[in-house]
Amino acid sequence: MTTPIIHVQREDFDLQTEIDRLTAGRMDIGAVVTFSGLCRDEGGSLDALELEHYPGMAEAEMRRIGALAIERFSLMGMTAIHRYGKILPGENIVLVIACAPHRQAAFDGANFVMDFLKTAAPFWKKEHLADGTAGGWVSAKDADDAARDKWAKG
Amino acid sequence: MKVRIVYFAWVRERIDKPEEELDLPETVVTAGDLLLHLKTLGDGYEAALQYPDVIRVAVNQEHVDHDEPIAGAREIGIFPPMTGG
Repeated sequence: MTTPIIHVQREDFDLQTEIDRLTAGRMDIGAVVTFSGLCRDEGGSLDALELEHYPGMAEAEMRRIGALAIERFSLMGMTAIHRYGKILPGENIVLVIACAPHRQAAFDGANFVMDFLKTAAPFWKKEHLADGTAGGWVSAKDADDAARDKWAKG
Repeated sequence: MKVRIVYFAWVRERIDKPEEELDLPETVVTAGDLLLHLKTLGDGYEAALQYPDVIRVAVNQEHVDHDEPIAGAREIGIFPPMTGG
């Protein structure tokens, strides 16, 4: 049975290393989809993001979401890594890798995990602005809820 | 009921503490009851929980709806909507 590889960490991650971890020695995987989310500078106005998380629950939610994706899309491999702490523009925030025999399941699996991760995994972003002012906490977007809801089985 | 309560993001900032142990009155049955009870504990709590509908609650590190009971909880997390990813 496939179980998701989940990490919540301060350090950066390496895409190729994480892909190799899932595909090494496998001859049955035909599709690997990776999504990585990076910190934007918002047109030069953003100095950094501060990522806060709920230790323990963040890992547990990501594991639950990853397992749902494996079951729903019959994935052969699933990795989700989310960073916390201070993250600068251009740096990685999140990585999702989905492996399947064919591309559609891999695309859908990665997409599903990101949609649920954004709305159910306990992480919060705080902005540090380039002009030195406190930017405040990023607001949750209705569009993210809508993206999650499209996966509801009718 | 004695329970450990942990706060995150702007809820934590407004209440001005990351966690605390509280002895809850018996009238607090659901997650929603807990939010209304906390609101009465001071200005910081009032500011953090002004709009309880948007606040998320987790019991023993699992999401719960506001109408769910919190009996038997060891740890209750209280936080704003999530913005990771």
